[in-house]
Amino acid sequence: MPVVDLNELIGTRGEWMQGKGPESDIVMSSRIRLARNLVQFPFLTRCDETVRGEIERTLRKQVVDLTLGGQLTYFDVEQLEGVDRQFLVERQLISRELAESHGSRGVCFTEGESVSLMLNEEDHLRIQVLRSGFDLDGCWNEINRIDDLLEERLAFAFDEQLGFLTACPTNVGTGIRVSVLMHLPALVLTKEIQKVFQALQKISLAVRGLYGEGSQAMGDFYQISNQITLGKSEDQLLKNLRDVVPSIIGYERKVRGALVEDNRQALHDKISRAYGTLKSAQSISSEETMHLLSSVRMGVNLGLIDDLPIPTVNELFMHTQPAHLQKLRRSNLDSADRNVARAAYLRQRLAIAQPGDQN
Amino acid sequence: MKCHRCPKVATLHITEIVKGEPEELHLCEDCAQQYLAQATTGAGTEESAGGLIKSPSGMGDLDLAELEKLVCPTCKLTFREFRNSGRVGCAHCYSAFRDELLPLLENIHGETHHCGKFPKRAPDDSQKRFQLIKLRNDLRLAVAEESYEEAARLRDQIQDLEHHLSQETAE
Ligand SMILES: [Zn+2]
Ligand SMILES: [Zn+2]
Repeated sequence: MPVVDLNELIGTRGEWMQGKGPESDIVMSSRIRLARNLVQFPFLTRCDETVRGEIERTLRKQVVDLTLGGQLTYFDVEQLEGVDRQFLVERQLISRELAESHGSRGVCFTEGESVSLMLNEEDHLRIQVLRSGFDLDGCWNEINRIDDLLEERLAFAFDEQLGFLTACPTNVGTGIRVSVLMHLPALVLTKEIQKVFQALQKISLAVRGLYGEGSQAMGDFYQISNQITLGKSEDQLLKNLRDVVPSIIGYERKVRGALVEDNRQALHDKISRAYGTLKSAQSISSEETMHLLSSVRMGVNLGLIDDLPIPTVNELFMHTQPAHLQKLRRSNLDSADRNVARAAYLRQRLAIAQPGDQN
Repeated sequence: MKCHRCPKVATLHITEIVKGEPEELHLCEDCAQQYLAQATTGAGTEESAGGLIKSPSGMGDLDLAELEKLVCPTCKLTFREFRNSGRVGCAHCYSAFRDELLPLLENIHGETHHCGKFPKRAPDDSQKRFQLIKLRNDLRLAVAEESYEEAARLRDQIQDLEHHLSQETAE
């Protein structure tokens, strides 16, 4: 397996960022994670460093030569610098939990970044498949195949009544977390989003903001996922989301349509101002960037901005986050310096979209 | 002794473990009823799995003390540690704490039987029995959704499988 320099990743874009796939104007990405544990080891909270190391080596040996489509890259997360761990979190290749925990742990991912395997996260193994747009079946077919491949090589902890056994009882059974990342600016703008939350809670689906630290989503992105994992088949859990997501998409479209119809000028103004600020600011925070990019993304999808491709907008969400910025600048920056660097980066990237503009 | 919540005489003495510390509650019969009702209905709203475990109804000092002694023989995690962290220590904890875990799982998931994917390396017999659980579950759903053709197909499959299984046990 070739040693990949983490810095080279910055020049590439994960396949799931391409803005392709069904309903990709509203559904940014679909993701499935499976939690698995090796039968011969205790769960991680009961492991000392020696056993952790043994688990990592056992899994690593089996995952690095899997046929997953494309070359695989492995990172020993413990050995990485803080900014590199954060970089992998921003790319959605590892969870925040894996980045911030201690001891032997690692991640293995494919070239297109659509498959990633986390070693020694909360469970011994977390498999993740990420795809552009609304494509849960595509995710499931792929992750199910990977799980089958792994099962030929490894014995997972399984109980006839309770299914796959996990460190936390909230994941037991299928060990599956199915989620869809949705961009819902019109529902947020009109405060209709509350109704969506209430409806989802009733059918035991969870809603989380993506980029925000707390529960408040930044940039109008919401992740919708299953809450329960036991007593329903993977198919049924997928179906739950497959059934409900189209109605949220429809709702968002309807509200966007109404906004254009009733307040076209005000909406166009808001979007143009957001675009203008991003193109000319000299210092800008991560939060403001998310917020304005969200307006711009909706503007592109409504045809109110016509010189900016969606994959570029998707990429800007990621590249303007702290670790990506520091990688792009190849230096560690404090928060104030990052705001200046972020503004400069945005001006440069958005100037390319406008050939007549001086950089 | 006086009830903690009203002027009546306390007849029930409940020990709750709050953040790892035992906390004594002395209640009269009425208040105890109320308390226990809250303990069971309020359970679903908490985030951490450990927090979901309230004293089961009617549990006095004695039963709770018994629970406290529970230890997983494999990883040595005590039930008390599990209660505090919400994380089990190993696969065997699920057997060691099964009686206590099942109500908790019911609270979280609304079910206590897995009916999803089954590892291929599992014995053929248990695979079939498992398949049966899944099919029955699918059938219930098909009937609920009024997909009667699907339901008929599932019923045939179930009968086939039941037949196979009964033959195997007869052998
Ligand atoms: Zn009382
Ligand atoms: Zn144990």
